[in-house]
Amino acid sequence: MRAFDYAAPKSLNEAVSLLSRRGDRARVLSGGTDLIVQVREKRRDLDLMVDVKNIPELSEIRYEPAAGLALGASVACSRIYEHPVVSRVYPGLVDAAFLIGGIQIQNRASLGGNLCNASPAADSIPALIAHRAICVIAGPNGGRELPVEQFCVAPGRNALQAGELLVSFRIPAPPPRFGANYIRFIPRNEMDIAVVGCGASLTLREDLKTIAEARVALGAVAPTPLLVAEAASALSGSAFSSESVDRAAIACQAAARPITDMRGTAEYRRHLVGVLTRRALLKAFERAQEAANAR
Amino acid sequence: MSPTETKQEYQVIGKRPVRHDGVDKVTGRAVYGADVQLPGMLYGKVLRSPHAHARIKSIRTDKAMSLEGVKAVVTAADLPDPEGRTANLGELGDVPLRNLTRNVLASGKVLYQGHAIAAVAATNPHLAEEALDLIEVEYEVLPPVMDVLEAMKKDAPLLHEDLCTMELGKKSDHHSNIASHQTFRRGDVKAGFASADHILEHEYRSATVHQGYIEPHAATAVWSADGQVTLWCTTQGAFSMRAMVHQILGIPVSKLKVIPTEIGGGFGGKIPSYGEPVAALLARKSRRPVKVVMDRTEVFMGTGPTSASYVKLKMGVTRDGRIVAAEAMLAFEGGAYPGAIVGAGGLCLLAPYNIENLVIDMYDVVVNKPKTAAYRAPGAPNAEHATEALIDEFCELLKMDPLEFRLKNASKEGDVQANDVRFPRIGCIETIEAARASDHYRSKLNGPNRGRGVAAGYWMNAGLTSSVMARLNADGTVTLNEGSTDIGGSRTSIAMQLAESFGIRAEDVSPSVVDTDSVGYTEVTGGSRVTFATGYAAYEAGQALRRQVVEQAAKLWKVEPERVLFEGGVLRDLDDAAKKIGLPELAETLAHRGVDIGARITVTPQKVGGVFGVHIADVEVDPGTGKVTILRYTVVQDVGKAIHPSYVEGQMQGGAVQGIGWALNEEYVYNQEGKMLNASFLDYRMPTSLDLPMIETIIVEVPNPGHPYGVRGVGEVPIVPPLATVANAIAHAVSVRLYEVPMSPPRVVKAMLAKK
Repeated sequence: MRAFDYAAPKSLNEAVSLLSRRGDRARVLSGGTDLIVQVREKRRDLDLMVDVKNIPELSEIRYEPAAGLALGASVACSRIYEHPVVSRVYPGLVDAAFLIGGIQIQNRASLGGNLCNASPAADSIPALIAHRAICVIAGPNGGRELPVEQFCVAPGRNALQAGELLVSFRIPAPPPRFGANYIRFIPRNEMDIAVVGCGASLTLREDLKTIAEARVALGAVAPTPLLVAEAASALSGSAFSSESVDRAAIACQAAARPITDMRGTAEYRRHLVGVLTRRALLKAFERAQEAANAR
Repeated sequence: MSPTETKQEYQVIGKRPVRHDGVDKVTGRAVYGADVQLPGMLYGKVLRSPHAHARIKSIRTDKAMSLEGVKAVVTAADLPDPEGRTANLGELGDVPLRNLTRNVLASGKVLYQGHAIAAVAATNPHLAEEALDLIEVEYEVLPPVMDVLEAMKKDAPLLHEDLCTMELGKKSDHHSNIASHQTFRRGDVKAGFASADHILEHEYRSATVHQGYIEPHAATAVWSADGQVTLWCTTQGAFSMRAMVHQILGIPVSKLKVIPTEIGGGFGGKIPSYGEPVAALLARKSRRPVKVVMDRTEVFMGTGPTSASYVKLKMGVTRDGRIVAAEAMLAFEGGAYPGAIVGAGGLCLLAPYNIENLVIDMYDVVVNKPKTAAYRAPGAPNAEHATEALIDEFCELLKMDPLEFRLKNASKEGDVQANDVRFPRIGCIETIEAARASDHYRSKLNGPNRGRGVAAGYWMNAGLTSSVMARLNADGTVTLNEGSTDIGGSRTSIAMQLAESFGIRAEDVSPSVVDTDSVGYTEVTGGSRVTFATGYAAYEAGQALRRQVVEQAAKLWKVEPERVLFEGGVLRDLDDAAKKIGLPELAETLAHRGVDIGARITVTPQKVGGVFGVHIADVEVDPGTGKVTILRYTVVQDVGKAIHPSYVEGQMQGGAVQGIGWALNEEYVYNQEGKMLNASFLDYRMPTSLDLPMIETIIVEVPNPGHPYGVRGVGEVPIVPPLATVANAIAHAVSVRLYEVPMSPPRVVKAMLAKK
C-alpha cells in the first residue's frame, strides 16, 4: 500500500475545507470497509483520507415521531439494528444493516459509506429508497438535500461535488399501516455480495388490503440502484393480490438492465428480480398489517 | 462393530486426550509461516503474469533495482538452467526439472495468469510492491487454452512446443497438449454390455477448484556467507521441499536445512515449492534474510488448484441390479505443466464395485491455468461423482434402494481392482451396512422440494517412508521428534501410538515436528499416510524403548530380561515381588549413569489399508432461486481403528464440507482472455459455518491387518462422495439431474426452468 496522509477533523467546516483543498486526491474515511480494501488493492489512488467519525453530526441517531429520523452518515450498521426505536420503525433499514458483511464488518460499516461507495449491489441503497431517505449534504457553498435514488450516478460514482460531504440521512416517519422489507439473493448465507437486491415498502388503506402507496427499488441490476416507478403504479390503488404483485414483478423485470459477471448471468438476474420482488412485497405487506394491528 | 474387531483393550488408543499443540494454537502463540522474523530481514514480493498465455520478449529490472530500499531483484536468469535434467519427486516419480524450475520463475513463456516472472526484496513490503510496478516486461500475447476438451483438439494452440503424448507408456512423436494417455482394461467389455438389461451413459464436468487452506504460502530464507541455506516454510513435507529446492537451486542437500513451521492447512496444495527457492535466491543476492508471503489472490492465481475434468461414463446393469460392464473416459486438466492426478481418479472410479468387464481411458492434459496440485484424494471426487450419480439413475430405473444396489455390487477382500491388484481386507460392505442402519437413513424426510441422496467413495491411501526419534528423559517422560508436518492433529495421534506401545500416558510424550537435520527421512504429509506410517514408526519406537527399559531393569537387578514386566508405569521382577521400580526412578538412575534410552526408527510399511465412505444428505431446493440448503448430512466411514476419535471425526466432517463446497458453489471463473474473475474468498465461495448443519459422523472400524493397531488413513476419502450425494439429493428433491459441478443456483434454476 502506498503511503498517504490521514486527518480526523472534529467539525463539518474543517472537513469541508480539507476536502475542498485536496480535491479528488482526498477521500472520506468512515468505517473503511470499502475504502481501505480499494487502496490496498490499488483500485483507488489517493493522497489523503479524511476520517469523519469525530464529527458529531455524522455519528448521531435522532428520532422524533413527527420529524422522523436523522441518521448520521457514519453510524455503524450494528448501532442501527441495536437501536430500540429505529429497529422497530424502519424495518427495511434493519434488514439491510443486518446483511452487510458479517458481524465484525457491521461494527464498522455505515450506511453513508455504503451509499457513497455507489456500488450497484450495495445492500442499504434499495432499503433507503424504499424508506424515502433524503441525503443531507454539506459543502463549500453550504448545504443541500438530494433523494437517495438520485445520489448514485454510475458504478462507484456519486453526485457529490468537489469539497462536498454526506452528513446524514433524513428519513420521514412512516405513516400508519406501513411495512418495508429488503432482501437480496446470495449463493451462501453470509459474507457475500448481492446478486440481486430488492427493497420494497407498502402503505395500506384502512381496509388493510388496498395499497395506498408503494415503492420498489432494485440493486445489482443496473449501473445504479433503481427506483422502479412502474412497479409503484402497478400496485397503488390495487388490492394486494398475486395479480397486482405479479404486475409489479413484471414491471421490475422490464426495468432491470442486468449484466453478466462472475456473480450471475443477466438472464439469471432478471429471473431473480421477479422472485425477489414478489417475496419483498409479501414481507412488506405482512409487516404493514402487523404495524396496523400493533396500534 | 465388525466381526474382525479384536477384543484388545487399549490404555491410550481410542481415547480423546487434549492435543499437545492445542493451547498454543488457540491462544495465537503457535508460529506459522508468516510469523518468522529475523534480524535485518527483507520482504520479498513476486511479479506475476497478467496474461494466461504469452511469450516473454524482454524483462527489464534496472528501474526496480534503483528504487531506494530495494536490495535484490531476481528472474529466471538467476536459476540454474534446468534443460535436459530430471527431478526426482519421490512419491510422484521423475519429472523434467524444467517443469519445476519454470513454474517457480517463468522463462520464455508465461503459461497462466499469476505465473511468477520476477521477485524483489526490499526493506519493507510496500516498497517491494512499488518496485514490482517498475519491472518492465514485454509480452507477445498468445491465445489461451482454457478447457480440457478444447486443449485436446488437434488444432489447439500448444502450451509446450516440444510436448509429445506418452501413449500407453511410450512416447509418441506428435505434438499435443495431451501429456499422457493410460488405460485400465479388464474382461470383455463388449460381451459385458451385451449381457446388460439397461445401459446408461452420461458426461460429467467439474470446475477448477482450490484447496482453500486458510494460511497463505510463506517462506523465509537465510543464505549464509559459507553457503549454508536455512529455509523456514509452511509445507506438507520438509524433506520433499528440501529435495525440490536442492534440485531447483543446484545446491547440495547437506547445505540446505528446511524448518517446517506450523501449517494452517494444506490438503495437498502445500507440497509444491513456490516462494521457497525465490526467497533463497533473494537472500543470496541481498545477503540478508528474506521473507516471501503470498496474499490470497496470489494463492488462487499462483498456486495449484485441482484439475477441472471431463468424465464420460457408460455402465451396463442387469435387471436384478448387477453391474456387468463399464466404459469410461477421464480427461483431467494438469494446468500449465503435465501432472494431473488422473491415474488415481481412474483407479478409484469404480473401486467400490466388483465389475468383471471394464475399460478406463485416462488423459492428462495441459491448459493455461496454474499447475494443478494434489487436493485431498486427488482425482477421486471428480471421477467417482460420475459413477455414483449414474448408479443413482439405475436405482431409479430399477426402483431399487440405492444402498441395496451398492451392497449387491460391493467390493470385498480378494476382488480384483481396475489395475489388476486384489483388494486386501477392506470395509466396503461394513460401511454400506452401517449407513443403511443409521438413524439418518431410517428417518423420514417430508416436505416439498426436499430430497435425500446417498453416494459411496473410495480412496486407496499411501504408505511411504516415515521416521521418528524418541528419547526417554530423566523423569520418565518421552521426547518424540517426527518428520511429518502436522496438518490434522497427527502429532497427538502419533504420540498416542508411542504411548500405547511403550506403556505410558499420552501426556507424558512430548511430540515435535522437527527440521530436516533432526530426524530421518520422511515423505510428505499426504495420502492419508501419517497416522498410519509415522504412527507405525512411533509404535516401533515404543517397542524399542520398552525393550531397552526392561533390559536395563534386568541389568540393575542382575536377572534375565524375560523375568521383567513393565506395566502401569512400573517395572517388576516376576519372580521377586521386592524388586520393583517406577519408570521415572529408573529413568533418573539411567540418566545419572550415562545410559541413553532412545530409538531412531525409519519404516516404509507396505500393507496400506484403503477406505470407503458412504454419505447421506437431505437437501431442500429453493424453487425460485435454485439455492440448495443442506438440511442434514451424515458421513459413514471405515477408519480401520480410530486412534483419536475426535480427529477422525474432524477429518470426516472437514472432508465432507470441502466436497459440499465443490458440489454447490466453488469454481474458478475465467473470462475470454483466461483471466480469473473471482480470486478472493468473497467470490470464490467456500461454505462457511453459517451454510451447513453440524455434519454427523459414524465411525466404522474394520482394522487394517497391515498396521499393529489396525489404522487406515482417514483424511481424504470424505471429500469423495459429497458431489454425487448432493447431486442425487437435488435430483430427488426437484426431479432434475445436473451433470456439472458446481450445482450453483443459476444452473439449478436453468435446469428446473428447462424441465417445465
